[in-house]
Amino acid sequence: MKKLGKAVVLFPFVLWMVLLILVPLALIAYYAFTKSDGNILQFSFENFKSFIRPDLLLVLARSLKLSLIATAICLFAGYPVAMILAGNTFKKKALLLVLFIAPMWMNFLLRTYAWLTLLEGTGVINTILDALGLGTHTFLGNENAVVFGMVYNLLPYMIFPIYSSICKISPNILEAAEDLGSNAYTRFTRIILPLSIPGVLSGITMVFVPGVTTFVISQFLGSGNVILIGDIIEQQFTRASNWGFGAAISIVVMIVVFICMWIINRFTDEPEVTML
Amino acid sequence: MKKLAILLSIVLVALSLSACGGNSDRITLNVYNWGEYIDESVLDDFEAKYPNIKINYETYADNETMYTKLKGGGSSYDVLIPSDYMIARLIDEDLLQKLNFDNIPNYSYIDDKYKGWSYDPENEYSVPYMWGTLGILYDKTKVSEKDFTWNTLFDPKYERSVLMKNDMRDTLGLTLKSLGYSMNSTSEKELKEAKEKLIAQKPNVAGRVNDEGMDKMIAGEAPMAVMYSGDAAYCISENPDLDFAIPSDGTNYFVDAMVIPKNAEHKEEAELFINFMCETETALKNALEIGYSTPHTGAYEELPEKTKKSFQYPDDAILESAEVYSYLKDKTDLYDKIWTDFIASI
Repeated sequence: MKKLGKAVVLFPFVLWMVLLILVPLALIAYYAFTKSDGNILQFSFENFKSFIRPDLLLVLARSLKLSLIATAICLFAGYPVAMILAGNTFKKKALLLVLFIAPMWMNFLLRTYAWLTLLEGTGVINTILDALGLGTHTFLGNENAVVFGMVYNLLPYMIFPIYSSICKISPNILEAAEDLGSNAYTRFTRIILPLSIPGVLSGITMVFVPGVTTFVISQFLGSGNVILIGDIIEQQFTRASNWGFGAAISIVVMIVVFICMWIINRFTDEPEVTML
Repeated sequence: MKKLAILLSIVLVALSLSACGGNSDRITLNVYNWGEYIDESVLDDFEAKYPNIKINYETYADNETMYTKLKGGGSSYDVLIPSDYMIARLIDEDLLQKLNFDNIPNYSYIDDKYKGWSYDPENEYSVPYMWGTLGILYDKTKVSEKDFTWNTLFDPKYERSVLMKNDMRDTLGLTLKSLGYSMNSTSEKELKEAKEKLIAQKPNVAGRVNDEGMDKMIAGEAPMAVMYSGDAAYCISENPDLDFAIPSDGTNYFVDAMVIPKNAEHKEEAELFINFMCETETALKNALEIGYSTPHTGAYEELPEKTKKSFQYPDDAILESAEVYSYLKDKTDLYDKIWTDFIASI
């Protein structure tokens, strides 16, 4: 009877997974590995073959590079924030938490569009700079703007996993370390950092993966001058109606992302590395 | 545990039922149009006149996006407003149905000049909605050019000054034209030449945009933008520093027309809507709001004299030398490939 109850409770979740994750994945694979010759559908690697060209590989490399930079910035900016949020030093912790969550209540597109009006040549920030006699600057339309957009949009996804993993560290361990004479630096490197690695890993995943595949940020803040692999995929589906090719690129990106994540996970699995 | 499970499943079933119900007697008419391409109060007028019909209005940024959404299935539309060459493609692929013109008596208001175009030679599938030209919107305070040609956009002196369109046919078309070729060229050699020219244009490009280009021009973000005449008219009304030039080496002349797809669920109501859009009052409202040129004789009569003399209604000579995009049939793939090559090399 208990088993049945479990099955019923799990049913929506399983249905969700199948309908919204497995079925779309299967469809992508179907489009990527087939080729229609008139009315005959056949298995083919052609879509993958046409991906192997210097310009597209360059676009993929650019996406990985920008997303990596954004992930690194998020990690180094987000970790201290997560520590402050988890610690007891800051009194208005709840307020700070709300401040970080509140922007996420607003639509991602809207937030990015708002930066457009803030950063453009005649935008709010340039108007203020100009009034202060600092002249106007070109912020948009380059790789920095795209990285900025990624960091802005994805920073909370780095902070919260780290925050929750630091919160889970028992204060007893830290007290014990203090009793045994370790200073704050040693406590951080020997206890907090190693124990928060799971949070760091999921933070990296949650920032890096959407960063690699974004196309909205590059279109808005890159003004269409910085093309990422997500833009190419989007073009194949919406404009070029070459779904097979678009699906093949998606699969390549998925594999590349998996490899990246695997490397990161392996790297941090080594206990002596994490304990350093 | 069991109680909870039962409760949960009841809630779920109830939720899914109420989601499917949609228990209203009103018919929902799905209209799919270009963005910023209607006076939205017209939709309210229609619903007020026909209280049993509710309009679900959606917009797209370019013909190709509309095509993909239509072809991808999943959603069915009752009225679409694509451009000429796209209508030809939809007819060719048997995605449209013939209209019953008995239900659209206001069709008689449409000027004969806009009937019988090659995309629908027998006038069976479409009712012209608006027309216009492609040109260059520029800021008079930043650009002083005596003679605008498409090559103006490629002039090295305009570094980071040009907003290009994120639209395949317009971008490739105007580049082909600047090279002295037809905007409808299907020669691989000519298209590759156009692609190379576009790649070399990169230092001039301040952005690749669609409708957001209008806001940028109004705000004075860029000195020049490739723009449709109607959007240009709107921008000029918001920012008097702007002006519009139809390049002297020839331009694109387009008609966007209302059509009904094969899988439309409410054909008669769709025809009712098309007829309503062709009422003089409605057509005038739309023409005044969006700035495109109306093919509706009644609405044209009512327009201010100033508008009739503006670039929105250019001389016949310009229109005669302008090219209409033709449907590329099996050469569409070549365009798609050239376009992807171009995007990937930016």
